[in-house]
Amino acid sequence: MTSDTLEARRSGRTYAFPMSRIVIFVIAVAILALVPAGATALHMPSVTGFATQVLIYAIAAMSLNLILGYGGMVTFGHAAFFGVGGYVLGILYQHSAQRSAFLALVPGTDNLAVALLAAVLIGAATAAVIGSLSLRTRGVPFIMITLAFAQMLFFLFVSLKTYGGDDGLMMRRRDVVPFVDARDDISYYLICLTLAVGWLVLTWCLVRSRFGAVLSGLRQNERRMMAIGIAPYRYRLVAFVIAGAGAALAGALMANYLRFVSPDMMHWTKSGELMMMVILGGAGTLFGPILGAAAMLALETALAAYTENWQFYLGIILLAVVMTTRGGLSALLDRASGR
Amino acid sequence: MIILEQILNGVQFGLTLFLMSAGLTLIFGIMGVINLAHGSLYMIGAYAAALTAVRTGSVWLALVGGLAAAALGGIVIEFAVVRRLYARNHLDQVLATFALVLIINQGANMLLGRQPLFVAMPPALSGSVTLLPGLTYPVYRLLVIAVGATVAAGLFAMIHGTRIGMLVRAGATHRQMVRALGVNVALLYTAVFGIGALLAGLAGVIAGPITSVQVGMGEQVLILAFVVVVIGGLGSVRGAFFGAIAAGLVDTLSRAFLPTLFRQIMDGSNADALASGMSAISIYLLMALVLLMRSQDLLAEKS
Repeated sequence: MTSDTLEARRSGRTYAFPMSRIVIFVIAVAILALVPAGATALHMPSVTGFATQVLIYAIAAMSLNLILGYGGMVTFGHAAFFGVGGYVLGILYQHSAQRSAFLALVPGTDNLAVALLAAVLIGAATAAVIGSLSLRTRGVPFIMITLAFAQMLFFLFVSLKTYGGDDGLMMRRRDVVPFVDARDDISYYLICLTLAVGWLVLTWCLVRSRFGAVLSGLRQNERRMMAIGIAPYRYRLVAFVIAGAGAALAGALMANYLRFVSPDMMHWTKSGELMMMVILGGAGTLFGPILGAAAMLALETALAAYTENWQFYLGIILLAVVMTTRGGLSALLDRASGR
Repeated sequence: MIILEQILNGVQFGLTLFLMSAGLTLIFGIMGVINLAHGSLYMIGAYAAALTAVRTGSVWLALVGGLAAAALGGIVIEFAVVRRLYARNHLDQVLATFALVLIINQGANMLLGRQPLFVAMPPALSGSVTLLPGLTYPVYRLLVIAVGATVAAGLFAMIHGTRIGMLVRAGATHRQMVRALGVNVALLYTAVFGIGALLAGLAGVIAGPITSVQVGMGEQVLILAFVVVVIGGLGSVRGAFFGAIAAGLVDTLSRAFLPTLFRQIMDGSNADALASGMSAISIYLLMALVLLMRSQDLLAEKS
């Protein structure tokens, strides 16, 4: 069922990039790199913070898009990995601040690069465990099981009183990086931009590769892929693990940016928000999730400034989008530009 | 004796879960729809009953009010949104019903405020009875067990003994064939959705005096009901029953006995931390265990 409509959504797209698109891409990155300078010049420093959050959510949405858009796996538990990444960074920071060790074995660190690497590895390992169990099913049971495992991690972290429990974990200062002042907002924005572009390029390479072709093939026609000798479970699991690692990276970046991590980061509504970003932008497209993350955050910020009950209006807008449109913002842009 | 009491608590929790999961599994079995707004119907039932009880002071009116509001809510949701989702893919179903949850939860916040409501136990039911020497048990919880068991029995009788039940069973296994035989499928769908909404509303009404009534109460139970449905096998009411009882027992017993158990093998603070973590996730561990033991085709989705 899923495959037909998703296929329609990305119809007309080829894996090869025309030269003009690469030029546009380079110009876009250059403009993004100049955002903090522009924000300072216009005396609107909050823009840099907003752009940082957009970039971080874009990484999470891109990682979800790999399995949801390209792989056709409808997971409702992606925020679990986002939260795990955040907690890895937060817990390592707490142990480094207290000069203690995790389980009396692993020393803490306030080095951003080390913490991000640890977050990615542990996010991947968590995704491997959850994925290996839930990928035994598909369709509606898969949705329910991924949601349930995310909820399990949510309750696990709520019950961990050592690491703040319900209230979450505060960090006094951001993590540091050698040679760069990563505690500065502008430098941190540029770090996030680098990682987001890196993840985009990684996704692009994956989607273009044989692995990406198999993943898309499994979404479109699993039986045919099996007939040519491909074991679906392994490919899906690898994609699930990569996506988990990406979400953990984004979660760690977000925890470090906010200097705060709480179980709310893995709440099931956060999974829903990430899905909405992917769908809003256009599932199974390279740039869709980035557009979706920007649109979703802009919508939330605008609504929250206008009313306390912004979730109500967000719900109505999202319902209207799902019921009436197909293909999200990027399809809209394509249609507008006559492609 | 304390073990027996906890077992009764577990059965009571399990039967509440069954009321939720029976509706979910029926709706999925017949229409192939995943409905996240099922938890909202639970909340609507609980709120409507609590508000009626405060206004009128009558237990019976509260029951009727809660059930009617949940059924009405279910029919409105089916008519306005879910009906348009039957032909769509699961992704659209999840997103649309997720948007419904946001709307209904925030709408309840706007209408009724953020303060949780505490429902007074009906005076006639607030006492305890002595079941065995040394075992006293609250009347209300016994009543919940009785209601849950009666509804479960009634549901089985309906599914296996009546014409609607026959259509429900046929619809769960051969949806296309039922359509081809000229059954009014639209009416059957609305009826099944209405029954599911009623059951969710009933669960909300009877949970009111045990837990506080607040926004977000529905989603906690909804996700537990998902676990139950996965344990029991999707689309099977009997599976949902045994899954719900198992989940209720595991959750209640692990919360009650794990701390003492762990304290015997390690020191106090570590034992408490581990026990609270383990009991918070015990139901999900049960689900993981069931998934590990089952082969793929048992859980494969019926289509």
